[in-house]
Amino acid sequence: MTRPTPETIAHRATPAAAPAVAAPVTVSGAASLVKSLEALGVEVAFGIPGGAILPAYDPLFDSKVRHILVRHEQGAGHAATGYAQATGRVGVCIATSGPGATNLVTPIADAYMDSVPIVAITGQVPRPSIGTDAFQEADIQGITLPITKHNFLVQTPEEIPQILAQAFHLASTGRPGPVLVDIPKDVLQAQTTFTWPPTLDMPGYRPTLHPHGKQIREAARLIAGAKRPVLYVGGGVLKAHATESLLRLAELTGIPVVTTLMARGAFPDSHEQHLGMPGMHGSVPAVYALQKSDLLIALGARFDDRVTGNLDSFAPGAAVVHADIDPAEIGKNRHADVPIVGDAKHVIDELITAVGTPPGKGAYTAWWATLDDLRERYPLGYEEPTDGTLAPQYVIERIGQIVGPDAIYAAGVGQHQMWASQFISYEKPGTWLNSGGAGTMGYAVPAAMGAKVGCPDTVVWAIDGDGCFQMTNQELATCALEGIPVKIAVINNGNLGMVRQWQTLFYDGRYSNTELGTHKHRIPDFVKLAEALGCVGLRCENKADVDKTIEAAMAINDAPVVIDFVVGKDAMVWPMVPAGTSNDAILFARDVRPDFGDDDL
Amino acid sequence: MTKHTLSVLVENKPGVLARVSGLFSRRGFNIDSLAVGETENPEVSRITIVVNAESSPLEQVTKQLNKLVNVLKIVELDPVQSVQRELLLVKVRADRTVRSQVIETVDLFRARVIDVAPDTLTIEATGTADKLDALLRDLEPFGIKEMVQSGLVAIGRGSRSITTGPALRAA
Repeated sequence: MTRPTPETIAHRATPAAAPAVAAPVTVSGAASLVKSLEALGVEVAFGIPGGAILPAYDPLFDSKVRHILVRHEQGAGHAATGYAQATGRVGVCIATSGPGATNLVTPIADAYMDSVPIVAITGQVPRPSIGTDAFQEADIQGITLPITKHNFLVQTPEEIPQILAQAFHLASTGRPGPVLVDIPKDVLQAQTTFTWPPTLDMPGYRPTLHPHGKQIREAARLIAGAKRPVLYVGGGVLKAHATESLLRLAELTGIPVVTTLMARGAFPDSHEQHLGMPGMHGSVPAVYALQKSDLLIALGARFDDRVTGNLDSFAPGAAVVHADIDPAEIGKNRHADVPIVGDAKHVIDELITAVGTPPGKGAYTAWWATLDDLRERYPLGYEEPTDGTLAPQYVIERIGQIVGPDAIYAAGVGQHQMWASQFISYEKPGTWLNSGGAGTMGYAVPAAMGAKVGCPDTVVWAIDGDGCFQMTNQELATCALEGIPVKIAVINNGNLGMVRQWQTLFYDGRYSNTELGTHKHRIPDFVKLAEALGCVGLRCENKADVDKTIEAAMAINDAPVVIDFVVGKDAMVWPMVPAGTSNDAILFARDVRPDFGDDDL
Repeated sequence: MTKHTLSVLVENKPGVLARVSGLFSRRGFNIDSLAVGETENPEVSRITIVVNAESSPLEQVTKQLNKLVNVLKIVELDPVQSVQRELLLVKVRADRTVRSQVIETVDLFRARVIDVAPDTLTIEATGTADKLDALLRDLEPFGIKEMVQSGLVAIGRGSRSITTGPALRAA
């Protein structure tokens, strides 16, 4: 599949380049909305109708835009996000006013934290009722002010095409993000004139795509002088579709690469220059490389606290080249010696030109020797449980090995998410979807649904936890009825596993409210639940059955499949940098501190 | 912490002030003073914000403000290179026995009496915060019944206009 460049995405959302040119016709506001979505090339929207948005559902009934009726608006929002992350196109979700709109708040906040291009369309009470505490009224524009890139309250039906075009343009260009369009019911009902294309009128919005040549040259100068450089790759590289350029830059320079949780898949896991993921549950070599580096080349990354640990002691000896499309990210957490504002693709391409012909990996022999030694001594791994239970890491590892790198994997939030980021090899962009910034439990099932809708020919797995799964599994009914055969691996350890891990480590094993009863009482019985939701339900409780259960799931393509993997509850995610401490305090396993031989550098 | 005066040019649309002021509160800044009005271009409003902050977090807020779609331009006005004014309306107790003294004070500060009642005078004064503080201090002994103060407005000195001058674009 060829992935669109940021320019082509921008084009898609730019009326000037939109295929449809419509002569003025008199239609309702609702029809104007649906015609605008069609003109913007929207192929699918996830949503639920309700009073205030009802007028829009009438023209939608006849539209070529496929509407997928979800079971909860949160599912619509995460599905739009999963769709957007898997395809690079703008995801669309629709809800009615009041509770419909507020149910979108969590996925909107989630998309904001992870810079995902989605457009949320909400119904609002009629204009004369706004501010009167009318039935199902909520000030969703006010509520979503801090969690959207921008939002609109449509005031007249005439504005609809222009606002929709602006919403898609804002969502998909620059640093992508969610945009909400709130439309009062009487605006949808009123007659208006629809013409296309509208003009974009956003004088205050001019994202910088091309980096400053001086900064690029300065970055190249620092790269030339560095002894221990690291390419610190964030999600921006995926959003800019810059992964091929990244591979060229990495191989040209021989610099080690780390990919953050949001950037898994941006650089092949199998590549010898890839040290893995940095951060709280990062690999020892990746964490060490950042800590001991003398030059961090941050590309579309934002020095998140889960990556840096205690900021004051993060990478103390490193100069920082920080490239991001969002100027506000640069220097926000860590001072940038060379700030570069620009799209990651352009930045990397220009860096490739600017570094010329560097000496390659040979230039960093001592650095690589240290890192290779750490890789050998501290590989990612796990211990087999001694109580005879199934190791969750083994299940996830086998899914990755059997299903392969062409599939899309969506994770929930918690231990299973970290293991899925560690033990599945990601070779391609857009194959790893998760809720990184917000850490939204319940993300996996609807995100997998959205990804499968966007990529119907790709196998889509959700790696979910028993806690997360119980938050949004209602969307499996949607999947079953709409023909969206996703596969859900519930890594069922009977507990809120990550919270339990912290209780084990930091609260003297006092397991307050983390036991979910999915083991002890088998409530719910996930197999029966799956069947009730129109899915195939499978269960696997021991190591010997893992492969054949995964293979059985892979053989089913006409229905969603849920596998209840009953795993041990005591497995923990390692390595770990305890929250708030320095990355130097990384633990390879419980009470095992890696030996960095601290005088060797 | 130092006081900074930001002039923010924004699109004159509903809700823009909430977006701007919300950003300050979200990032933990307290706005000392705020004034909003139309500019020579009715589609553009000018917000003058005075905020107490270290320069590095202020730079972060400025960058975040620049990301707001409705924000057109942000300029920090240097107190020396700009003219800064506030407006004060104050109702002072002034019966016949002290009225002439009050009026003397008003004249000294080149303020104006804008309303007269048997036992009070209402005074209008413009100036810098320092001047208005001094006026208030001198009026206080007579008894201040009520007062209201505008936010600070400021404009750069010289012929250059911020609609053409360099914007405060950090990074």
